[in-house]
Amino acid sequence: MHRVKVRVVEDALDANNTIASANRADFDREGVTVLNLMSAPGAGKTTLLVKALPGLEGVRPGVLEGDVAGSLDADRLADVHIPVTQLNTDQGFGGECHLDANMVRSALPSLPLADLDLLVIENVGNLVCPAEFRVGEDARVMISSVTEGEDKPLKYPLMFRACELVIINKIDLLEHVDFDLERFLYHLEGVHPGVPHLLVSARTGEGLEAVREYLVGLASRAGAPA
Amino acid sequence: MHELSVASAVLDTALRHAEDRRVLVVSLRVGHLRQVIPDSLAFYWDIVSRDTPAAGARLDLVVVPARLRCGGCEEEWDMDGTPEFRCPRCAAGEVQVIAGNELEVDSIEVEEESECIGSR
Repeated sequence: MHRVKVRVVEDALDANNTIASANRADFDREGVTVLNLMSAPGAGKTTLLVKALPGLEGVRPGVLEGDVAGSLDADRLADVHIPVTQLNTDQGFGGECHLDANMVRSALPSLPLADLDLLVIENVGNLVCPAEFRVGEDARVMISSVTEGEDKPLKYPLMFRACELVIINKIDLLEHVDFDLERFLYHLEGVHPGVPHLLVSARTGEGLEAVREYLVGLASRAGAPA
Repeated sequence: MHELSVASAVLDTALRHAEDRRVLVVSLRVGHLRQVIPDSLAFYWDIVSRDTPAAGARLDLVVVPARLRCGGCEEEWDMDGTPEFRCPRCAAGEVQVIAGNELEVDSIEVEEESECIGSR
């Protein structure tokens, strides 16, 4: 026996990215634009979708719901008649804290792609790992809620830099929490210069119209590079 | 906490290139911006590599500092501490990441039968 050095020089995420590209090609073929929606647990991803997706003008939305376990979120979306497919990471994927390209690939056959213009992939609530794994999306958007504190862009720069839009949710609570919005926006600009943001309360509906406009615009972006 | 995901991705890459040979060393280049904690990665590496041809392999990790460049005034600087992507000189201009985003398996060392003279 002897030792041999093998030159590799390969990004450890290449394998994931290859599958993500295959997903992307399948979505493109069906004319479906895909949004990867990420946030910490409890930031309001599902509430936002429940409020923003129904009645989206000229767009047929659907959701791929990623959770470690259960179908609580999917049930809420089904209640408002949004086509939803549940993907649980505790079934065959080791309870992963994020979705990766392979998991999304496994869900492709159960997605009604022919009936959709916009697929929102609601990632597992987590500000770290989802930022590392592309799943074949056209756009990545995150929600940061005012209850999480204004220092979050500095703590999770990978996530805040990965997104093309940051939705600041729960602004109806601004007067009740110690959240300095100006400070948050300063940190956000420092970590991801020029990234747009929207101020929203999914609960009261404030700012939701701008989210809907963004989604309609995104759905017409089919085939554009991510 | 993403060190578990990173360790799994590194293992998959190493095993693919090892082609069933036993892996002794994995050399990895990790950019500062990936926020990987070396001790945490080593901890998860031992767990994910267990019962694979890479079990017991040494993980050699080199951290690549984050180097940024301002597209406006062409100032270059190393980022340490607070993640700020603002140019310290002109505070304007698009900031490019020159280095620090790496998550790269550089090489692996594997065990090979001695009769194979031609090394790869």
